[in-house]
Amino acid sequence: MIAAALSFAFGCFGLALVLNLWRVIRSPGVPDRVLALDTMVVNLIALLVLYGIQRSTAVYFEAAVLIAMVGFVSTVAYAKFMLRGDIVE
Amino acid sequence: MLIDALIAGFLVLGGFFGFVGSLGLVKLPDPMTRLHAPTKSTTLGVGGVLVASMLFFAFKEGHVSAHELLITMFLFVTAPVSAHFLAKANLHRGYPTRLPRPEGSQWAHRSPGTDTSAEVLADPEPEPEQPLTPPEGHGH
Repeated sequence: MIAAALSFAFGCFGLALVLNLWRVIRSPGVPDRVLALDTMVVNLIALLVLYGIQRSTAVYFEAAVLIAMVGFVSTVAYAKFMLRGDIVE
Repeated sequence: MLIDALIAGFLVLGGFFGFVGSLGLVKLPDPMTRLHAPTKSTTLGVGGVLVASMLFFAFKEGHVSAHELLITMFLFVTAPVSAHFLAKANLHRGYPTRLPRPEGSQWAHRSPGTDTSAEVLADPEPEPEQPLTPPEGHGH
């Protein structure tokens, strides 16, 4: 039962990543691209945690924490650049 | 068996909400509404997956880890902050182009007799003309 649910969740988050990639490539504005990149990071964290469940190792949580931090900082940097035209003034 | 069903349920819930978030990012009509889908639905989806992971490692592997709690806390704290920044960027770039007007006369500054300062502002009395002369007795 867990294996089937894992397959379903893998499929859902994989499709979600494809949709986000399509939104990054074909986007009406720059904030939408940044939002799509942020969502890609969140979906990638979910995929990493799912892979950790499938392999039943706790190694991938460190990677998930690092990607979460880097994703947040990069989103804030992009937003800062859109707002001010500069990141560190 | 019950734990298996619970883990599978959380996994399916998380996958569903993650997919709905990304679908909303593609399908919703304008930038401010597109901001809703990833910040709420995808965060809920990742939360479901992390709860499933906590249950799995606690009951199947036999060790409780705080990493999932750390990831959950970090995501739940940072998602509103990044959404706020992106909303500010949207406002900065001119979205939404037209804000809705308030309806009816229930607003304080629109109903007569409730907010006198607003009425004074709306219909100010003309001030008497003052000649532009310095006050006397203060020679510098």
